[in-house]
Formats: sequence, C-alpha cells, structure tokens
Amino acid sequence: MALTLAEKILSQRTGREVRAGDTIIAPVDVALGQDGTSPLAVKQLESIGLEKVANPENTVFFIDHAAPSPRKELSNDHKMLREFAEKTGSVLSDVGAGVCHQLIAEDFGAPGQVIIGADSHTCMAGALGAFATGMGSTDVAIGMALGKTWLRVPETIRINITGKLPAGVFAKDIVLHVIGILGADGATYKALEFTGETVAEMPMDDRLTLSNMAVEAGAKAGLIESDSVTKSYLEQNGRGQAFKPLKADEGADYERIIDIDVSNLEPTLAAPHTVDNVRTVGDLQGTAVDQVFIGSCTNGRLSDIAIAASILKGKQVAASVRCRVVPSSRKIFLEAIQAGYIEQLVEAGAVILAPGCGPCVGVHEGILGDGEVSLNTSNRNFQGRLGNPLGCIYLGSPAVAAAAALTGVITDPREVLTNAHGR
Amino acid sequence: MRMEGKAWKFGDNISTDHIAPGRLFHLRSNLPELAKHVLEDADPEFADKVAPGDFVVGGKNFGLGSSREHAPTIIKLAGVSAVLAKSFARIFFRNAVNVGLPVIICDTDQIDAYDELAIDLSKGIIYNKTKSLELRTSPLPKAMIRLLDDGGLAAHVSKHGDLVVDEGE
Repeated sequence: MALTLAEKILSQRTGREVRAGDTIIAPVDVALGQDGTSPLAVKQLESIGLEKVANPENTVFFIDHAAPSPRKELSNDHKMLREFAEKTGSVLSDVGAGVCHQLIAEDFGAPGQVIIGADSHTCMAGALGAFATGMGSTDVAIGMALGKTWLRVPETIRINITGKLPAGVFAKDIVLHVIGILGADGATYKALEFTGETVAEMPMDDRLTLSNMAVEAGAKAGLIESDSVTKSYLEQNGRGQAFKPLKADEGADYERIIDIDVSNLEPTLAAPHTVDNVRTVGDLQGTAVDQVFIGSCTNGRLSDIAIAASILKGKQVAASVRCRVVPSSRKIFLEAIQAGYIEQLVEAGAVILAPGCGPCVGVHEGILGDGEVSLNTSNRNFQGRLGNPLGCIYLGSPAVAAAAALTGVITDPREVLTNAHGR
Repeated sequence: MRMEGKAWKFGDNISTDHIAPGRLFHLRSNLPELAKHVLEDADPEFADKVAPGDFVVGGKNFGLGSSREHAPTIIKLAGVSAVLAKSFARIFFRNAVNVGLPVIICDTDQIDAYDELAIDLSKGIIYNKTKSLELRTSPLPKAMIRLLDDGGLAAHVSKHGDLVVDEGE
C-alpha cells in the first residue's frame, strides 16, 4: 500500500505496516524536555520509583526557557535537572547553548526517527524527516524511562507549495498564510506534510520554520521529505552518516491536499491574540510597536539574523523601540559574530541576549508593560504570552520585525530591504 | 462515575497561557500555589470562586498551545471534576487523561455560565439540570479509557511495570 510520510516512518520504526487511525506502541529514538517541563517529568519518575532512562545518549534535558535563571525557584529547578542528568547519564544542555529544538536539529535529529519532547514545538524536527511530536511531562518521562510511547497514527494534510517567493517574502510568511487557511485547530490530531517545488528548493533554515509552526494549526507533526538539503545539513553538523532518504509514496491517502502558489504572497503577520488571526502587512501598516523580538526556535537562525542585520546595518533602531535579538544556538551566535551581523545589530542599538528562548515564554528578557505592543518572530501571540495579559503581540518574519525596529511602526519590509537580501 | 457541580463558562481557544501563564513560570514546582492562579487571565475571579466538583466549560480548541502538563494538573487541583468543550487541542487532551482529569467533548453551546450539571461518565450523558436538557458525549479512545481506569499514565506504568495499551485500529 502507498504510505504517507507519517505512516512510512512509523511503519519502519514498528516493523510492520501501520495506517492512519491505528494505535501503536513506537520506540522512542530521542526524548527531550526543557526547564519548564522536565522538573515535573523527573518528579513523576521519582513518584513511581522509575528513576532510569532507557537511552541516555539520546535523552536530553535543555535549560533554555529561563536561562540564565531570573529567580531562585527556577535556579532550584535547574539544579534538580543537572543532578538528574548526572545520575542517569542523560545529556544536559545548559544555559547559553540554545533553544532545545534548534539543538535537536543540529545535534540529534535524523530522518526516520521517532522524537518525543515535553515542548509543543518538538514538531520542528519534522523538517529533517523525523516523526517528532510534543507531549506532556508524564508522557515524555515514561518515554525516557521505557524507550517507547503510544501513538495514534495520524491522518495527513498535504500542503503542496509551488512558485518562487517574491523579494521580501519568506518561509515565515508561507507558514502564517497556511495557518490562516487551516485555522488554529484545522489540523488537530493530524500530520502536515509540506511538499512541492518551493519546499524542495528551500534551505534547511526555512524548512525548520515551516515544521516549527505545524502545531499552531493543532498538528501533531509537520513533516518534510529528506533529500540532498537534509543530507548536507546533517553533514555540516558532522552527522552525515545519520542521513537516509525518505519520501511519501505516490498515491498515498491524504485527508486533504492544499495547493499554495507563493509567487504573489505578501509579507504576512498574525495579529493579537491567536496565530490564525492572519493579515497581510498592508492591513497593519503604521501600527506602533514598543518592542521587537528577533529569535526563538521559529526564526533565530543565521539567515534570519542576516536579514535583520541587512535592514539595520548602518542605521539606528527607532528611539521608541526596544529591539532584542536572540540567536537560537551558540553555533549560530558564533557564526553571526564571525559574519559581522552581531556588530552591525549592536551598533544599530539592538540588545543581544544569550542563546535560548529569550522573552518568548513571558518569563523574562522582555516582559511587556500594560498596553504595549511587541512584534515577534516567534510562534505564539496568545494573550499574556509576553508576561502581561494587557500586552499585544504580532508575529512576522525577521524582515518584518527588523523593518518595524527601524521605523517604530509595522512597515512593509520591501520598503527597507537592500537588494542583496530582497532576492 | 457521577459528578455534579456548576458550570464555569469560557470561550473558544482558551490557551495554556490563559490557564498557567508564563509569568508564573517560577511556580511550576509549587503546584498548589500555581493552582491559586488557574485560568486567571481568562477569568480573574474563577480561582477564588470555583467550588469543589464544579466544571470548566469551554468552546472549541480548549487548551491550545504549549505542552505544559501543569495546565490540566492545576485545573484538577482547583477541585474541578471535568472539563467540557466542543473540541480540545491534542496535547492538552492527552495530558488531561494522563493526570486523571476527565475531558468531555459535547455541544457546550447548550450550557450557560452557572448552569447546574450532573454527568454520568460511564453512560456518556451530561444532564443540564438548569435547562432540563440531556447532552451526549462520544466515548474516549480505548487506550485512553485504559489509562484513566488505571488512574493516569504514571499509575498505569507503576501497576503493569510497562506500557500495555492495546494496539490496533
């Protein structure tokens, strides 16, 4: 039978043909948690006397959400995670290493794996051709301890993307457009499969952005076939041997196929307070912003920082705006320093924060005041997300964010992009 | 299992940021304290006024957003006996079952704020006593019923020494 990418990966990993709707027990290749969810996972394991992990080299605890710690309670949580990792031989990724999902992509993820993480954006590793999904602390704790988890094999919605992206329009604009079509619950319990010529030509940085936001339509996974781009990404990260080609079969059974031609796509934003409240930049032009956040697992990679630097280089962030730039990993931070982007951004008045989640979760590093507005390159704009229910968040691409940092209002990035990055 | 209580009504797309916001991240290892703020950003009076046995009633896509299991855990700790909604976000639904908080899918347009409800989970019937209406709920997947019967996922693994949900269609 012809299989979707989700069915194919889960069939390979269970050793028998499984189809959408089947309940399966699947082996777990990589299990991860972060500092907001892992303490509860550890306590659950302690409560049932199961303080072990099945696969220590691929069990990873990331300290990224509140890193460095702003409060003693969180410092104590971090301490507990370091101790548990030490005790079980698991991997600990400490303050400053970066966002969990970026590091999973760089150091752990590979095509054909089953990855579970106590963080909803675990789906980002789907860009490598892994079946990667977010779960809660207890599910992941049990997955870590037993090396397996239970799953319902999802139906798949295929998102077929064609056309050449216009200047100033990026993967973030595509995925916001897709979420606008599907709605915040349009893919609940389903997998998304991003495919088509535009995805085939997309560098891994951009594919990761697509897969990252699959959960914002409710999806369980956001999958992309593995190909030569995947292979060279793994090689660049010293893991070329982890590559294997994977694609969906011709004639596989899709619940729905959505065709999107991006040749005329406009810069696209999500307006407060849901991610499916999608508008084009023209609808929002002139909206004043108090803060800009360029970073997160969605858009804190080298190409994202390069675009922001190209817009802000030799200029100044508007006096009314606080601009925060957070590289997604230490590797990206170093590359951005070597390329000169960090110097350009600092000279323009941006604040650079340690690789990690930055203000995304509303813990620290950019809490909004009452009535303030932030434009983020991250993935969520829910009420209260930046630490204040009286704040408002818009989501957009790094180009849209840097353009707003420059002018102080939501601005079409095509008005400020230099030729080099405007494609 | 029969449950009785009052309905606390919420809208569509109640996120885990409404239920357990990031500004209270430091209370995640102090769940009784975090529970005092449950759903605060959706209804500031809820945590103070909810009585043991009451129900949280949402619209569509209840619990969207982050994977934080703290969200269903503090709803349960606040004394809520079940959450009813037209639909649930996937991770919240799975987490609720794992922590032993019943989640019920039904037409919540038939329930208004403060209606008195009685729910018979085994029969899948929700009685709206205030409106003299009877609503039906669809059964949970078999794997989830097994986990709920065992008292949640951790208790299931503790009891069986393994993960033993039924595989198949």
